[in-house]
Amino acid sequence: MVDIPDKDLLAPGHRGCAGCGASIAVKLALNALGENTVAISATGCLEVMTTPYPESSWEVPFIHVAFENSGAVASGVESALRIQGKDDVNVVAFGGDGGTVDIGLQSLSGAMERGHNMLYICYDNEAYMNTGIQRSGATPYGASTTTSPNGTASFGEDKPKKNMPMIMAAHGIPYVATASIAYPEDYVNKVKKAAETKGAAYIHLQQPCTTGWGYPSEKTIEMGRLAVETGSWILYEIVDGKFEITYRPEERKPVKEYLAPQKRFRHLDEEHIEKIQKYVDAECKELGL
Amino acid sequence: MVSIGCVIKNPGNSRNNKTGSWRTFKPILDKEKCIDCDNCILFCPDGSVNKQHDIDYDYCKGCGICANECPSDAIEMVKE
Repeated sequence: MVDIPDKDLLAPGHRGCAGCGASIAVKLALNALGENTVAISATGCLEVMTTPYPESSWEVPFIHVAFENSGAVASGVESALRIQGKDDVNVVAFGGDGGTVDIGLQSLSGAMERGHNMLYICYDNEAYMNTGIQRSGATPYGASTTTSPNGTASFGEDKPKKNMPMIMAAHGIPYVATASIAYPEDYVNKVKKAAETKGAAYIHLQQPCTTGWGYPSEKTIEMGRLAVETGSWILYEIVDGKFEITYRPEERKPVKEYLAPQKRFRHLDEEHIEKIQKYVDAECKELGL
Repeated sequence: MVSIGCVIKNPGNSRNNKTGSWRTFKPILDKEKCIDCDNCILFCPDGSVNKQHDIDYDYCKGCGICANECPSDAIEMVKE
């Protein structure tokens, strides 16, 4: 069971869309980390919706930085706290997929490589949702976005999703995990484990987006669950280099069940769906799901 | 007046912004049917369900996740 606090550390009144997955992600993470936490956020949906000046939804110290340097700023915060002897403070940085796998990659890579005692959570909604659904490196194959639209000249995104958690694992950091907001117990356990890790920790969290993916607002969790049940998103952790799957669907559903309810995949023909199924099958085989 | 560094000194003051006005559909919980699974609390994007499963209509945007994720169908979405 996930502990429910008396008061959420992400206050309501934020401007996230009805059914926003990012706010669920951050609420669960902050509640798991507790009050003794400093949060850093790259530019993105999260920052825009939680801090429209002069209001803030953050109940813990919060710094908004540019798109590309949340890793660097989190490093600085962690170092400053360490020099002051404040070793018990959690330093957590949040970035969307754009702020993590594209624009923020260099500063994040540096922070991970230097081994700062911090946690980085990428809330991945698979495109630049805040600025109008442009593709990112994390956009999956076939998805229609405003910069990879479906039409006569294009069928949508023509490249598979960048494998960011494995790029982070290649840094040799002590803790890397994937998670989903649809599996809160698994996610919260990983956040707590990451916070207890001495050194750099990275969690890549899939977070469905009602606006960008094109499904009704009540289905945010359902979409996250379908992603995992079809093997499109695999829940695992890598602790000190040791890989382990943390959730196995009893029977893997066909990927079509995950694609069909989403507007971004609605244009795909059988040939493309077959290709995505093969891609998912190969990934599952590689990771032993 | 903008503060130096645009610092916001009142944590959580987004509570001033009552997002309940966004709502088209309103979740109504039948506590008789509730099995205390806490899904509605965990999955609410707006922290609008408290430990006692009371829904805060000041902030609930009416997304319907709570009704969709309720295993005992205790929450019904009713048009405002």
